Amino acid sequence: MSLQQSVARAQSSLKEQPWRLFASQISVLVRTEVRRNLFTRRRIGFHLLAWIPVLFLAAHFVFSRYHTESSSIEDDTFVLASIIQVYYFRLGIFFACMGIFTWLFRGEMVQRTLHYQFLVPVRKEVLVVGKFLAGAIISVALFEAAVFACFCLIYARFGAEGRAYVFDGPGLSQLGSYLLATALACLGYGAVFLALSLLFKNPIIPGAMLLGWETIAPIFPSWAQHLSVTFYLKHLCPVKLPIEGPMAIFTVVAEPVSPFVAVFGLLCLTVAILVLSCFLIHRLEITYTAE
Amino acid sequence: MTPDTRQIVFDNISKFYGEVLGVNKVNFSLEPGITSLVGPNGSGKTTLMNLLTGLIKPSHGAIYVLGLTPQQPIEFFRQVGYCTQFDSFPPGSNGYDFIYWPLRLHGFGHDQATKLTNEALERAGMAQVARRRVAGYSKGMRQRIRLAQAIAHHPSVLVLDEPLNGLDPMARAESIALFEAIAKQGMHVIISSHILEEVDRISDRVVLMSSGYVVAEGQIKEVRREVRDHPMQILVRCSDPAKLASAAFELDHVVEAKILSDGQSVLVRTRDAEQFSLLLNKIVSAGLVEVDAVAPADDDVNSIYQYLIGSDGSPA
Repeated sequence: MSLQQSVARAQSSLKEQPWRLFASQISVLVRTEVRRNLFTRRRIGFHLLAWIPVLFLAAHFVFSRYHTESSSIEDDTFVLASIIQVYYFRLGIFFACMGIFTWLFRGEMVQRTLHYQFLVPVRKEVLVVGKFLAGAIISVALFEAAVFACFCLIYARFGAEGRAYVFDGPGLSQLGSYLLATALACLGYGAVFLALSLLFKNPIIPGAMLLGWETIAPIFPSWAQHLSVTFYLKHLCPVKLPIEGPMAIFTVVAEPVSPFVAVFGLLCLTVAILVLSCFLIHRLEITYTAE
Repeated sequence: MTPDTRQIVFDNISKFYGEVLGVNKVNFSLEPGITSLVGPNGSGKTTLMNLLTGLIKPSHGAIYVLGLTPQQPIEFFRQVGYCTQFDSFPPGSNGYDFIYWPLRLHGFGHDQATKLTNEALERAGMAQVARRRVAGYSKGMRQRIRLAQAIAHHPSVLVLDEPLNGLDPMARAESIALFEAIAKQGMHVIISSHILEEVDRISDRVVLMSSGYVVAEGQIKEVRREVRDHPMQILVRCSDPAKLASAAFELDHVVEAKILSDGQSVLVRTRDAEQFSLLLNKIVSAGLVEVDAVAPADDDVNSIYQYLIGSDGSPA
């Protein structure tokens, strides 16, 4: 079969797919998964991971009103950058995505409820996409809100000076970059953990290995760094952390890329991992006794 | 094997869990009606049902359900409903949502899904408690809500794994009536059950399983006829059981003739039921005894099950 014939066949196959049905199924999956996972007591850990820095900053906000000594906007900008780049990108979002996205399939295996979703007329690929989008909505909503709250609390205490920094200075642009990077971090880590949950019965150990990889990736050659989520996130961060000494190796950008390439690269990595997940789910069998 | 659009076809199906055998070399096809899978625990009934519905994949062979396979999920699961044995539910769900949301995944709009949900709840006798959380249901209610979900989209093939477990006698009778009504509409109903008497009463055919193998399959009477090794028991109620017993003993194929305690019946065990019927006709036409009733005493699933599989579950 020639290449043209193959392309024509693929095109006609794509046209024949019931896309409206897929869209409606994804919408139903997202609604049920979000309702089941966002506001339940079992998910309180994810909320804590997102809101702990906000609680500290809120306490600091209240405390600083009664003390005359205060740091400068520049200092607090570095504090915010550290919270987002060190805590959220490397720990908070990482562990929350681990919990949220591995639970989408593996959790249902543990609860013995996955068979209900395998016994409806839904393609497995649609199931993967629907669950991934649900996880993405949960994690993005949670961490975008937390990052936004951190940003507000950092600059609100500076009064007029803070407002000027945000609205007339680089503040809004920094907020936009952080929100974009946060959303991409959720998508990137989410896709990785979804795939890990389909590959391994217990994704905790591979998750720990991934954490190690994300930490040491900067010391590897440039091509290997492209397989790390934090590589792309670093290029989207508007403030460079003032870390010096040997630890600087973890923040240094060896081969800078444009923000567009960083966004596009991370989205491509996410889609590639999701495609892998679509293949992996076809291997999944309902054998609860083996869990 | 060519897929038939009316039949369920198991084409040389084997399933191994590592080195452990699930089912081996299963070959049969099913016509519409009620089919019972009978066998002891671990005989492979649930494995066969999970293979049929695509929850697990065969190591060898293929299964066709009305010409479809689980690899075509959109067409396949519109035709198939499966009430599994897994007694677990999505956390926090109530009875209504448990049926309504899967119907939305079928592609039904809100109005149609609502109508089908209410209809399924009515049929399963769960309408009154539909808004209660499933976690608060009794075992019988959980069984019925799963049944309601399996029938809600009006499948052509209904697969039921131990559907009568946990049901009280009234609910059991209602469920059986429901299965019979579904089968009368020309659909396939495949049931696994340990309650052999009820299976016997409602089944059009039976598949007997042991240790992962199908040991017999077909209509119950046909299967019984195939069990040549075991003498058939025939109960004859007549005016002179002693005379009938002595006449029966003269035949080579009669291995036992026992007069029962009521003094009016004789239980004959014979290897050739047709020859014994001829003898009975002769005796009656000669006016030696008056026969009130003749009935096979072991022409049921339970007896066949005992003969073929044995009480320990190993093939006889």
